[in-house]
Amino acid sequence: MNTNTETPTVATESNTMRTIKIIGVGGAGVSMLDTLDMGEFAGAGLVAINTDGASLAASTATMKIHLETKLLRGLGTGGDSERGQTIAEEQFSTLKAACAGADVVLIITGLGGGAGSGISPVLARAARETGALVLAFVTLPFQCEGNRRQHQAKQSLDQLKAVADGVICLPSQKAFKLIDENTSVLDTFRITGGLLMEGVRGVWQLLTRPGLIQIHFNDLCGVVRDRHSESSFAFVEASGAGRSREVVEKLLAHPLLDEGRALAEADVLLVSLMGDKDLTMAEVNRVMEQMGRHCEHAQIIMGAAVDADLKNRLSVTVIAAKHNTASITTSNATTGDQRGQVNPQGATARSTSPNVATAMTLDSREQILARNASRPRKAQSKMRQEQLPLAIISKGRFDKSEPTVHKGEDLDIPTFVRRGVALN
Amino acid sequence: MFDDANIIVGLEIGTSKICAVVGEQNADSTLNIVGLGQARTLGVRKGEIVDAAQAEECVRNAIVEAEQRADVEIRSVYLGVTGGHLRGFNNRGVHPVVSADREISEDDVQDVIKNAKAINLPAENTIVHAVRQHFLVDGHDSISNPVGMLGARLEVNMHVVHGNTNRLQNSVRLVKGLQLEVEEIVFNGLASSLAVLTSEQKELGALVIDIGGGTTDYVVYADGVIKHTGVLAIGGDHVSNDLGHGLRVPLSRAEKLKLEHGSALLDEDLKGRTLTISNELGLPLKTINVEHLQRIMSLRLEEIFQIIASDLEQAGLTEYLRAGVYLCGGGSRAPQIAKLAELVLQMPVSLGQTNSISGLTSALDQPEFLTAIGLAKFGSLKTRKPKRKWPFGNGIKGTITNFLRR
Repeated sequence: MNTNTETPTVATESNTMRTIKIIGVGGAGVSMLDTLDMGEFAGAGLVAINTDGASLAASTATMKIHLETKLLRGLGTGGDSERGQTIAEEQFSTLKAACAGADVVLIITGLGGGAGSGISPVLARAARETGALVLAFVTLPFQCEGNRRQHQAKQSLDQLKAVADGVICLPSQKAFKLIDENTSVLDTFRITGGLLMEGVRGVWQLLTRPGLIQIHFNDLCGVVRDRHSESSFAFVEASGAGRSREVVEKLLAHPLLDEGRALAEADVLLVSLMGDKDLTMAEVNRVMEQMGRHCEHAQIIMGAAVDADLKNRLSVTVIAAKHNTASITTSNATTGDQRGQVNPQGATARSTSPNVATAMTLDSREQILARNASRPRKAQSKMRQEQLPLAIISKGRFDKSEPTVHKGEDLDIPTFVRRGVALN
Repeated sequence: MFDDANIIVGLEIGTSKICAVVGEQNADSTLNIVGLGQARTLGVRKGEIVDAAQAEECVRNAIVEAEQRADVEIRSVYLGVTGGHLRGFNNRGVHPVVSADREISEDDVQDVIKNAKAINLPAENTIVHAVRQHFLVDGHDSISNPVGMLGARLEVNMHVVHGNTNRLQNSVRLVKGLQLEVEEIVFNGLASSLAVLTSEQKELGALVIDIGGGTTDYVVYADGVIKHTGVLAIGGDHVSNDLGHGLRVPLSRAEKLKLEHGSALLDEDLKGRTLTISNELGLPLKTINVEHLQRIMSLRLEEIFQIIASDLEQAGLTEYLRAGVYLCGGGSRAPQIAKLAELVLQMPVSLGQTNSISGLTSALDQPEFLTAIGLAKFGSLKTRKPKRKWPFGNGIKGTITNFLRR
């Protein structure tokens, strides 16, 4: 049935450190896990979980779990998340054993397929039951991958949100901003995987490196919890003299932050700076000042840490999150009212599964959303005064020259227009 | 033909016109204006070159005209510069006097000036002027020459004008392209103030506002030294542009209306006065309300003075201007502008005239030419044998020649 190719070796190098396990689930998760730099993540237990034996065999993870039943006949889940879920429920104790002893479990997966979408929520629940904090890093499929995968991914994401302490979600579609016409499919997946792994790396550094200004894991969870669909993250690095300026520039141009727009809209912002011993307060200040300027309304959680290995580099991890009332109610509802609700389509599969409580179909989701819509949403009514585009005032001959700005006023625009003097 | 060694030329590349003034230095070091050439400018916006080819042609025309009028060959010029990128500020240098007898030597003076010039400028900027104001010895103010005095601590105040190197170089390169040497670059506002103010007025404290086509430059003198400089990239062009926008007429027509019917303050009997503009065939095209015209113009000019007033207030200089305000530049031709400036600045305002230069016929004593005349005067002050040391110091020359060599 299940074959542990290696015995679980939880490498805890230093006792002061938290035990962290990074678990890759499904084809995408396992291959992303393999891209992790072993040296950097020394001390983490790397676990690969899949239903497909071939992908596991190629993996370099220290611990591999092959979920297999007769039902699958060695063919994997075939892209069906319900099969993945069923099998994960069957092997619940194995999953639990894999998570045992960890303080923090990072789940890495690509949602949309059978294994990733099916197993991850169950794994997250198993990890929670062992007492670990669970943070999931997931990618959502490209739009061109089709409705079914999108739907499956969405369902799975909702389930994950309900059970995990935090979910950081990267819609692969965003990677389109990073690729051009000639980028191969392979490279594209590598890019999306790479982006997600940068996030993992950032969180890893956050958790393991001694912080001068500590960010607690609770802070991190507080930021991402219940805001999953709206949370975005970025990890950037720069070196050299102008590194603090460079990281800010990179952040503001980062595709995952929508060129800085995500910062402006964020309610909570977590900024973690890592540098070598030369990290100066001025640099920290410069970065934070810029961040503060770009998200005036956000609560900012800031951390700074020193790592001698960084060698003149400055790395910054930013997690920006926006409140999303809909997702909060959804996750509450899944654990509460939806218990025992049977969906006709998935009835057979789910009746065998003890996970009806967290399982959620589109229908039930729609019902909840409909209920939300019918009652006034007070929490969401953070009114923002929109600015209407004004009639464009021609600057005449100064249209193309450098504007003369004095105290925020463009003086090239006629004075009588700016002062609103009516001519009639 | 005059001896070329005594010929000094001031060249101003303005937004609306280019003006080259040829001066001849007399034996007694006074300046005699012998010729003037001017040309309408193309390819300059807000005091800066935007089309080098067009501007070069215009400069050539002005130079050629000046050469013919003065009957000299022009080899080198003092070039006026302006633009919104120019900034002026005051800086102080400190130097401890270390000699045993505490006597301040010439070396101490040089050192303190060097210290005052060590300014933290943006990398892309260069100093245009670094003008010495006053020395302080052990905190005592207003010492003009400390050499030979006793003290432990020597300080100097400097007024520094700096601007973007590349943008300054644009006009320098253009002039060099015409096979002319550039002796020095001079801030236009400073040149105008040289032409307009007497030393008594400088001592009393005066403000010179040069309202040009693309920029308005202003300089404050107090206690005989430059206290403040500023450039506002707004000028007569903006007035025309506002009129074009507000009255819905083409820019050339707006320019003409401004000159013929414009006023800085609204005329009294305006109510309902209209103008009919016609096309070249004499057919009426449009009726224009003169009240609107003057109101648009008045608002723009008023705003210029308001910005200057608030700037001076911030610098805390309003109380020092006992000699009042002098207006020059083409913009000062607007009717009633002195009255408007008086209303805004709450100070006596008059139109600037140059009276310190000989050989000037009334045809040349126009507010538009004051900058170029001032440039020539700057040159004459630079080249004359110094009986008394020129307060701009040696350092400035070095700075600028270095700058030009780059």
